[in-house]
Amino acid sequence: MKLKSMYHFISIITAAFFVPASVFAADPGGTSKQVTGAGSTFVYPVLSKWADSYKKETGTSINYQSIGSGGGIKQIQSKTVDFGATDMPLKSEDLAKDGLVQFPIINGADVAVINVAGVKPGELKLSGDLLAQIFLGKIKKWNDPALVAVNKGLTLPDQAITVVHRSDGSGTSFIFTNYLSKVSADWKTAVGEGSAVNWPVGVGGKGNEGVASYVKQINGSIGYIEYAYALQNKMTYTQLQNQAGQFVTPEEKSFRAAAVGADWAHAKDYYLILTNAPGKTSWPLAGSTFVLMQKTQSDSAQGRAALQFFRWAFKNGEAAAAELHYVPLPKAVAALVEKTWKEQIKAADGKALAIGL
Amino acid sequence: MVKHSQSVSRSAIEATDETFFNGRLQLERTAKGQLLDRLFRGLTRFFAVFVLLILVAMIAALLAGSMPSIRRFGFHFFVDASWNPVTNQFGALVPIVGTVVTSLIALLIAVPVSFGIAIFLTELSPRSLRGPLGTAIELLAAIPSIIYGMWGLFVFAPFFAAHIQPWVIEHLGSWPLVGFLFQGAPMGIGVFTAAFILAIMVIPFVTAVMRDVFEIVPPLLKESAYGLGSTTWEVASSIVLPYTRVGVMGGVILGLGRALGETMAVTFVIGNAHELSSSLFMPGNTISSSLANEFTEAVGELYTSSLVELGLVLFVITFVVLALAKVLILRMRRRAGVQA
Repeated sequence: MKLKSMYHFISIITAAFFVPASVFAADPGGTSKQVTGAGSTFVYPVLSKWADSYKKETGTSINYQSIGSGGGIKQIQSKTVDFGATDMPLKSEDLAKDGLVQFPIINGADVAVINVAGVKPGELKLSGDLLAQIFLGKIKKWNDPALVAVNKGLTLPDQAITVVHRSDGSGTSFIFTNYLSKVSADWKTAVGEGSAVNWPVGVGGKGNEGVASYVKQINGSIGYIEYAYALQNKMTYTQLQNQAGQFVTPEEKSFRAAAVGADWAHAKDYYLILTNAPGKTSWPLAGSTFVLMQKTQSDSAQGRAALQFFRWAFKNGEAAAAELHYVPLPKAVAALVEKTWKEQIKAADGKALAIGL
Repeated sequence: MVKHSQSVSRSAIEATDETFFNGRLQLERTAKGQLLDRLFRGLTRFFAVFVLLILVAMIAALLAGSMPSIRRFGFHFFVDASWNPVTNQFGALVPIVGTVVTSLIALLIAVPVSFGIAIFLTELSPRSLRGPLGTAIELLAAIPSIIYGMWGLFVFAPFFAAHIQPWVIEHLGSWPLVGFLFQGAPMGIGVFTAAFILAIMVIPFVTAVMRDVFEIVPPLLKESAYGLGSTTWEVASSIVLPYTRVGVMGGVILGLGRALGETMAVTFVIGNAHELSSSLFMPGNTISSSLANEFTEAVGELYTSSLVELGLVLFVITFVVLALAKVLILRMRRRAGVQA
C-alpha cells in the first residue's frame, strides 16, 4: 500500500513536470490534439512511424514513450497516459481489477541466433525441446548427439555452447520463455515463463542489441532476438520445429501463418500468445503487442482520439509495419478488436465511446 | 565679532549636522546590513539543511519502498542467492558479492598504477611532460561511463577473449589454490572484465588526488633523503607516502565510491547473470546493473520492492565505506599528531 502511494506521489510529480510541456506543445488555435501512450519498446519503431504519418494526415500527435511494458502497465493503471502497450498480455482478473480493456495491435516474431563456425543462416535445425535443453544447460556442446541427430549433413564443432539471454525484463524474453514452457515440461517446472526469469545458465545482454553483440562476439553462442535485429545485423538464425512437426524458416510467410492460425475469437480478453501456433507453415516463436486502455474514459475526447488512431493504423498502417518486419493483424482480427471497443469502452456517462469513429 | 561668532556657530551647526547625518547613515547601514546578514545566514543554513533533508527523504523513500520486500524476506534477503521473478523469490547475495568483488579488484589494479603515475608525474617526469600528461589523465575522468562500457564490450572484450583469456585459462586455471578463479570458457565478458574497466575508470580519480597530495610534500624532506643517498623508490615509499597517507587514503576511497556505484559500463561487460560463480571469468551482476536492467520491466509489488531494497543496500554499503574511510583518516591524523 505504501509502495503504491509512493508511486502515486512520483507519478504526480512526473505529471507536474510533463503537463506544462504538453500545454505549450498545443498550438494556439487549439485544433491539434495530443494522445499520450507508454510501454513496450518492441512496438516503438512501428508506432512512431505510424504516429508520424498520422500527424501529417490528421494533425493529431501521438506522444509515445517506450519505457518498457512494465512501465506502460503502471502508467495506464495510474491513468497518467491514454494508453499503455505491453508485449505480455494481462490476465482477465488483473484487467478487471484496474478496469482495463486489452486488445492486440500488431504481431512480431523472435528468432534463435547462433554463432557457430561454418554454419550459415537457416541451416541449423532445432526442435523446441532441444532449444529448452540448451537453455537449461543440459546440452553443453554443439556436437551433442541429440543435435547431430537432427542436423545430419551439418558438421558441428566440438565446442562449448554459451547461452545468451536478455538481462533486462522484456517482452522478447516473455515470448521465448512462454514458448519453451509450452514445449518442454522440464523448462516449465525448472524456470517457467515471464518477461524476466531465473536463467539457469548463460550471460545476459541488455536489450536486443546487447544480445546481438554478445552472440556476435562469443564463439559457440546461442541467443534469441527480434527478427528485425537478426536481419539488420545479418545474424545466423536457425530453423525451428513447429507444433505440426515441420521445420520452418523465419520469414514473413511463416509469421503470417502463425498469426492467421490463431483463434482470437475464443480468447477471453485476447489473452492469447502466438507461440507454438498450430499450422504446417507456422513459425513457433511469434507474439503480439497489446494495448491497454481504461474501460471508462474520464475524458471521452482523449479516448476517442486514441481509438481513432488505432483504427487508422489497422486500415493504413500495414505497409509501414511490413517494411519494419512486423506482421500486421489479420483483417478479421482487426474487425474483432473494433467490435470489442464498441462493446467495452465507455465514456464517463456510460455511453459507448467507439460509435462512429 | 558677531560675524565671527556667527561663522563659528554655523560651522558648529554644520559639524553637528554632518555627524548627525553620518550617524544616521551608519545606523541605517547597520540595520540594513544586519537584516541582509541575517537573511544570508538563514539562506545558507537553509541550503545546508536542504541537503540533509534530501538525504533523509531519500532514505525514507527507499525504506518505504522496500518495506514489502523486508517484511517478506527479512534478513534472509542478504544471504539468499536466488533471484526468481517467476516465483517471486528474491535474494541480494549475488549482486552484493558482485558489487564488492568488482570494486575491490578494480582498486587492486588501479591503486598501484595510480601510485606509479603520480610518482612519475611529481618525481621523475621532465617538466615539459607534466602539464600535458596531467591534463590527459584528468580528461580520462571526464569521459562518460557509457563510452567506457562500449569500449569494453566492442574492443576490450573480443581482444581479451581471443588473445589473453585462453592462455590464462590454460596456464593459471590448473594452479592450486587460485586456479578456480580462472576457469571457464573464454567469453571476454564477465566479472574480471567489469573490474578491469572499472579500474581504468577509477585510475584518473585516484591519480589526480595522489598527484596533488604528493606535490605538497616539502622539498626539504625529499632533498634531505636524496642527500643521504636514497633511491627514488626509497623516497617515494619512506618519505612521500608516509607524509601523504591521509590524502592517498582519501583518493582511494574516492575511487572506491566511484567503482561501487558505476552502472552503465559494468552492465555492458559483466554478463548480467544472477549466479554465484567462483571463477572471475564467469558472468556476474552488481547492484547498480541489476537496477538498470530490471527496473523498467519489473511488474508486481514484491519485484519492484526487492529492487528498491537493493538500492537501499547500495546506499548503506556506500555510506559505511565513506564512514569507515572518515574514521580511518581521523585515526591516521591522530597517530601522525602523536608521532610528531
